[in-house]
Amino acid sequence: MKKAISCDSCGQPATVHLTHIEKGGRRKEVHLCEACAEQKKVLQKQELNLSSILQALIGQHVGPETDDLARLACPVCGIKFMEFRAEGRLGCPHDYEVFRAGLRPLLDRVHRAVRHIGKKPSRFGRAVRPDVQREVLELRRRLQEAVEREAYEEAARLRDLIRSKEAAE
Amino acid sequence: MKLDDLLKNTGEWLRGSGPDSDVVVSTRIRLARNLADFPFSNRASPLQKGEIESLLRERLLRIDNGTRFSYVQVHSLNHLDRQFLVERQLISREHAASEGQRGVAIEPQESRSVMINEEDHLRLQVLRSGLALEEAWQEIDRLDDLIEQRVNYAFSEEFGYLTACPTNVGTGMRASVMLHLPALQMTRQLEKVFRALQKINLAVRGLYGEGTRASGDFYQISNQVTLGKSEADILREIREVIPQIIDYERKARAALLRESRPTILDRVYRAYGTLRSATLMTSDETIDLLSCVRLGINLHLIEDLTIPAVNELFLLTQPAHLQKLQGVVMEPEERNAARANFLRHRLNKN
Repeated sequence: MKKAISCDSCGQPATVHLTHIEKGGRRKEVHLCEACAEQKKVLQKQELNLSSILQALIGQHVGPETDDLARLACPVCGIKFMEFRAEGRLGCPHDYEVFRAGLRPLLDRVHRAVRHIGKKPSRFGRAVRPDVQREVLELRRRLQEAVEREAYEEAARLRDLIRSKEAAE
Repeated sequence: MKLDDLLKNTGEWLRGSGPDSDVVVSTRIRLARNLADFPFSNRASPLQKGEIESLLRERLLRIDNGTRFSYVQVHSLNHLDRQFLVERQLISREHAASEGQRGVAIEPQESRSVMINEEDHLRLQVLRSGLALEEAWQEIDRLDDLIEQRVNYAFSEEFGYLTACPTNVGTGMRASVMLHLPALQMTRQLEKVFRALQKINLAVRGLYGEGTRASGDFYQISNQVTLGKSEADILREIREVIPQIIDYERKARAALLRESRPTILDRVYRAYGTLRSATLMTSDETIDLLSCVRLGINLHLIEDLTIPAVNELFLLTQPAHLQKLQGVVMEPEERNAARANFLRHRLNKN
């Protein structure tokens, strides 16, 4: 475990860490406990903004895995991990599987947990088949691409396939 | 559905009754849900968004929950009508402003509504007057079950209900309680309360959700965490903290009356007087003055006005409501005159 840094002012454990970049690029670090930080008014009051907090968190957690994560893209919806990082929004339900290595540390920071323990859909595990859903999701992307290419015969074929899969579900 | 029909009422949540309604205005729970086999709304093509919208609209309209939903296609509404729904808290600002095929299903009492193609495919909402977390949860849980019988939700054993933004994943639930805290504001004790709330991971926001300044001393307390806690735990955490805040606010009100009676009387009567006689009134000023009047009623300083009546004025003096009531589109300056006129008429009846 890292040794706790103590407050420059009073010696209590410090929770506020500031790095001042001074003229000429020299860095000066300041460590304070919450009470002293408040007294010195170093913390500006900020409105709570979830998406900016999220942006900051997504940026922070990416460590040594960056290269691997940066190359990741979802085969189902096509979103790249880097796009998710920039926008803060995922592309499809399957991303939670594909980006799991990148998401878990993020979820841990945001929620202090990585596992759901609440309500479950009553049909889950019976009628719902995750593999079929992933397949349909992928078929939809191919359908979309076919429409964009104006390959209507293929589009019609894919549409029927999606319908039959959905009906079977 | 004709939006103008909504104008005749104000929605159940503004009723102003319910437990602790001197401090608690309303309780709201929302659930984020997505279809398993479509990309999230932000990543869906216009064609796919259309498919999602028509599929969900059709399923929602089939639900018979005692009452039935009416449906509004938000993309085909003009700016004023969208704003009108935002003011009634039936859709979010983002839903009003975004693009593509989207809509909202609304129940006659406006206590239940479902947005389609917001950030998530489905955003279910239950709004209740006063402090009613348990009732609101039961109601939204039942609605969620009814929808789930008709569609396949994106759900994983590990991460729960899968959402476009990882801050909502898990339960997909945001429960919030809207509080009116004028006395804590006047006695400068709000900061202290909010810091304590943030320590236990509860968020505090102004009246109309994220990124808005707290107008009229209305604050929403809501959960931040959606993963790794059950719905019951999340609700319990909020339920435990609200009575303390109510207690602080009531004590601050009593202290104001005891220690600064002349000041508080002046503020309340000055606000009431201004609302009854001004000829130009912005919506920000209206909200601040009505907030003082609301406090005055709760302190029994004003006897000829009721909380439901004031709640209604908060809503009806909002820009879109004012224009719908007058039946014309108005520039801000015209609105200020119309708003003052409306308030004078309403408050000088007796």
